[in-house]
Amino acid sequence: MALLAESKLSSERVTLLRWIVVALFVLLLTGFWQLQVVRSDYYATLAERNRIRTVPVMAPRGMILDREGRPLVTHYTSFSVVFIREYTEQIQEDLPRIARGLELDPDWLAKRLEDAAGQPPYQPIVLKDEATMADIAFIEAHRTDLPELELLLVYRRRYPDLGYGAHLFGYVGEATKREVEAQEYESGDFVGKMGVERHYNEFLMGVNGQRRVIVDSRGKEVQRLDRLKPVPGRPVRLTLDANLQRVAEEVMQGHQGALVALDPRTGEILAAVSRPAFDPNLFAVRIRQDDWRSITEDPAKPLLNRVIQAQLAPGSVFKVVVATAALEEGLFDKETFRVTCPGWANHYGRTFRCWVPNGHGVVDLHKAIVQSCDVFFYEVGRRLGIERLSHYAKQLGLGSRTGIDLPGEEAGLVPSPEWKQRVQKQPWWDGETINVAIGQGPLLVTPLQLAYSFGGIASGGVFARPHLVLNENEPPVIHRVNLKPTTVNTIADGLWGVVNEDGTARSARLADVPVAGKTGTAQLISLETLGRLRQKVRTLTDNAWFVGLAPQKNPEIVVAVLLEHGQHGASAAPLAREVIRVYYDKMHRRPVAPGAESAASGPGATPATAQAAEER
Amino acid sequence: MLGRVRYREMDWFLLGLTLLIALLGVVEIYSTTMNHPRFAGLHLRQLTWVALGLLLLFIIARIDYHFWLDQAPWVYLATVAGLVAVLVLGTEKFGARRWLEFGGMNFQVSELAKWSIIVVLAKLLGDLRSESPTLRDVAKVGVVTGVPLVLIAAQPDLGTALTLIPIAAAGVFLAGLRWKHAAAFALVAILVLPVGWFVLKPYQRSRLTAFVNPEQGTQGPGYQTLQSKIAVGSGAFWGKGLGQGSQNQLGFIPVRHAEFVFAAYAEEQGFVGVLLALAAYLVLLLRLLHNVETAPDRAGALLVAGVTGLMSFHLLVNVGMVIGYMPVTGIPLPLMSYGGSATLTTFMMLGLVMSVRMRRFVNL
Repeated sequence: MALLAESKLSSERVTLLRWIVVALFVLLLTGFWQLQVVRSDYYATLAERNRIRTVPVMAPRGMILDREGRPLVTHYTSFSVVFIREYTEQIQEDLPRIARGLELDPDWLAKRLEDAAGQPPYQPIVLKDEATMADIAFIEAHRTDLPELELLLVYRRRYPDLGYGAHLFGYVGEATKREVEAQEYESGDFVGKMGVERHYNEFLMGVNGQRRVIVDSRGKEVQRLDRLKPVPGRPVRLTLDANLQRVAEEVMQGHQGALVALDPRTGEILAAVSRPAFDPNLFAVRIRQDDWRSITEDPAKPLLNRVIQAQLAPGSVFKVVVATAALEEGLFDKETFRVTCPGWANHYGRTFRCWVPNGHGVVDLHKAIVQSCDVFFYEVGRRLGIERLSHYAKQLGLGSRTGIDLPGEEAGLVPSPEWKQRVQKQPWWDGETINVAIGQGPLLVTPLQLAYSFGGIASGGVFARPHLVLNENEPPVIHRVNLKPTTVNTIADGLWGVVNEDGTARSARLADVPVAGKTGTAQLISLETLGRLRQKVRTLTDNAWFVGLAPQKNPEIVVAVLLEHGQHGASAAPLAREVIRVYYDKMHRRPVAPGAESAASGPGATPATAQAAEER
Repeated sequence: MLGRVRYREMDWFLLGLTLLIALLGVVEIYSTTMNHPRFAGLHLRQLTWVALGLLLLFIIARIDYHFWLDQAPWVYLATVAGLVAVLVLGTEKFGARRWLEFGGMNFQVSELAKWSIIVVLAKLLGDLRSESPTLRDVAKVGVVTGVPLVLIAAQPDLGTALTLIPIAAAGVFLAGLRWKHAAAFALVAILVLPVGWFVLKPYQRSRLTAFVNPEQGTQGPGYQTLQSKIAVGSGAFWGKGLGQGSQNQLGFIPVRHAEFVFAAYAEEQGFVGVLLALAAYLVLLLRLLHNVETAPDRAGALLVAGVTGLMSFHLLVNVGMVIGYMPVTGIPLPLMSYGGSATLTTFMMLGLVMSVRMRRFVNL
């Protein structure tokens, strides 16, 4: 062993230590080479991810206003808890703590994240809406160890109370998985699901912005990098009149059915109510399972917008269409044509009853409209035949969608031999024509169609397409039907008589307003069957219609009312009258009578069985 | 004895390297603390520690190292007494008693203990006249090292306690330990390691598990290692520039002015800077080994060897920790990490080296 000196140490061992030191140096340098040269891009990305946080900035949804700019649907702000997967790779370990801290069901939470697995990691996943103070405190306290949790300022819809306008406004909800996959919307977007919210979603929905900030290791924002401003949604101004809508809502309180008021000169919807209603505020955040179930499983179908989606037989209201057709066809001389009504008639070997058992006696067209004589219209219908009847019904706005700017409008049904052959594979039976002539049989209409049709006829054949959004720059879309002035006058006189003479809708009369209209009582079971059943069944199954207008010619307002299980059309008439009254009070600057806006104040606003019974 | 040597004989090259590294440290400490509300200006205090350390270095260099060797028993007793005092009277911080309050300043006795053990072991092994230490000698070294080691470990400060082992190992190895004995000890050490697991405290275990599986947890040791690696890696080849490291400035690097200062340095100075710093350390260590060879006697050589062993170990454990090669411990990087006790001790150890160096031509 070589020694440096007698007393010194082995030089080989020192040399060995030299090599060890050099090896140490090489080892460490290799490590740095790995990190700083070979994998530097990877770590640079991680450093940027640490440093920069992208926070979405929500765009508020546009408000929904009435025709005078009064807000109907507004919004409020709240915080949502979102999960941002970019900040952590070990989601699973944190879940129990997050579930506990935010009081969430762990299974639900796991599923929520699983569902979002296909989306890009920067996409925030909403875990909880309407964060409480405790939630906010939890997130702030865990900025460092749960960096994936973030608070997001969001705008929530606030709809009117009591379901007012619910079917018109609709509601918003989170974009479905399919919409997200189709790249229509981004995950977590709130989009219109129904009504105006859905039809005008493009307008109402803004474009979300984002904010990029530099955060320190505790998640504290130290610097703002840039900001992409959110573009707020545009407000939508409806043709609705808040005052009229309010009256309409109030008179419909407690009923099942629909009411729609429109201005036939423009097609503007002034008020529209469907009952039963639902509370769209339940949807504004995220509807709870049991709320959803109680709404969808309700046999009264509160989600159905009966104004455009109830397809029912119009009953006697349809006689106006039949009369118009007969007059246009010159079927008879209206001055001389008479039918004697003994309370029944025989057509094609069958007996058809009139709703007045003892009959109306000798009836001309005017009286037939005013008193709604079935026997008269049986005769007219027989003479017209189904082909012409069907042709006019279609011309006058039935059997097809009006084209209102709402999703889900139904077309109704105007039957014809061709239809029956196609759908039921059976030839038309002439007896059916007799039923159709009084608005029964397979004929189906919506309340909106009736208002549209009446408005068009009374306006001399000018049918303005109904719409809900005010557009003052564009003229209304007009569908013209050539009607003889005499036809229009005759119909208008008849409708005036229904209310103001010895008619079926005297309860719609107003002292100084020329209210006109037509009642209808649609049976769901034929009269023959009813004869064998108790009267009670009939009251349960009849739908009451009234379509009112004012003035009777070139009307400013048409109101169609449907009361399901409403016994007789007369019971629907006072509801229309209230709406017309408030309209006139407002538009013609009459002093508003005390309590005029309250539904309960009008006589017969909760109409009377007595009144209906009297007319039968 | 004092008058016979001149400062001219000092290892100026070694001193230059020392000051270069210390300067890199001061600059990086400045960068890590400039935006910190409480720590801003810490680099000036570090500069003071360096100046004080330099003063101590010159004083100790001037004193013949045999003086310390002769006083070895007292040095040892004083050290043990000091460590006991820490356990009894020490200031508690972060759940450990490591500091003795001394005129308003907290002093970490365990740092000074490293210096003492170097002296004591040099005396013990230097006195051996046989060609290689017997097992009885090794046992003696073990006991002498073991007592302060256990005392430091009891603080608890396992990292610092373990730094005593390379001092002893370097000493015994250079003193001529037989190869077969050396191999046997290495084997025993490897076998004992798993047993050690059961005496570890929970936080110590978690550091080790985190070391094995670093991606676990967003906080704690795994998180620290990950953030340190992100800092180093994102620094890339050229670095982000002084004061520009986001991991550093935004506080993602844990204890970035002290234990993890090299992570901040690597982020801001890049691979180039790392190469420079590590090269400086390499040359410094090689220079120390050169001084082992030129030492005038066995004890002197063992003194320098102890310093070399200790500093190599620090470098390996600290820099290894920064790049995720080593578990997270509180072992500072000599000359670069902020810390009064550690800086002063390092300069005192280099003072011993200088003392040996200056006497290399002296015929004792």
